[in-house]
Amino acid sequence: MDYVNAFIVGGIICVIGQILLDKTQLMPARILVLFVTLGVILTALGIYEPIVNFAGAGATVPLPGFGYALAKGVINEVNTEGFMGVLTGGLKATAAGISAVIVFGYIIALIFNPKAKA
Amino acid sequence: MDKAKQIKQNYKEMVEKASPSSNMGVNCAWAFFVGGTICVIGQIITEVLKTYGYAKDDAAMMTTVILIFIGALLTGLNIYDNIGKYAGAGSIVPITGFSNSVVAPAMEYKKEGYILGMGARMFTVAGPVIVYGVISSVVVGIIYYFFK
Repeated sequence: MDYVNAFIVGGIICVIGQILLDKTQLMPARILVLFVTLGVILTALGIYEPIVNFAGAGATVPLPGFGYALAKGVINEVNTEGFMGVLTGGLKATAAGISAVIVFGYIIALIFNPKAKA
Repeated sequence: MDKAKQIKQNYKEMVEKASPSSNMGVNCAWAFFVGGTICVIGQIITEVLKTYGYAKDDAAMMTTVILIFIGALLTGLNIYDNIGKYAGAGSIVPITGFSNSVVAPAMEYKKEGYILGMGARMFTVAGPVIVYGVISSVVVGIIYYFFK
């Protein structure tokens, strides 16, 4: 059942992205920025956490899940560290992902070359 | 003259009626299927990690790292862009698409040098995402600190 929930919720989030892509002039970069920001706001409002509990990776793997990790990190860190948590919480919670994307991205881009456009 | 205008108008209506709706239906089906599948793969990785004793949050973070690696590798092998031709948002919105958005320009601009080519262009998309994500999270943190 976990897998079905993940498939459906993850699919729906991507369909929302596709509708934005087809119906508006938004470029993918703008959609990703919108989704991350939306993830932060929905988490702050307590809406995204129940979706994560229901769908698991279906809610954490799409980009709003990145916003969820940022917002949750900040809130947890403010609870434990006080005001400094405002500045440290978000990046701390997402540090693994950001470092991974930089390191893996760099290594892969060193090894591979773009395919010549046909 | 009027007739030509009329035909033009009819044609325009026909195009509007026919092309976007059918395309959008197909696009959405692809996005749903591919996006959902990537999330299921993420769920499988999470479940496997949990059996190795990872806590829920750690498992989710580790899953993100693994998916970022898979997305980067598939981009390097030129497989991800081929998936993207059909999947559209289904390949852009998951975290693997975030990884793709870093690797693709990094490879593309490698020829312009390692600092201002690769180093800078890696963040063409990831940069704005991190900027607005962090800013909104700080705003949330400030509000939460004063009103919790």
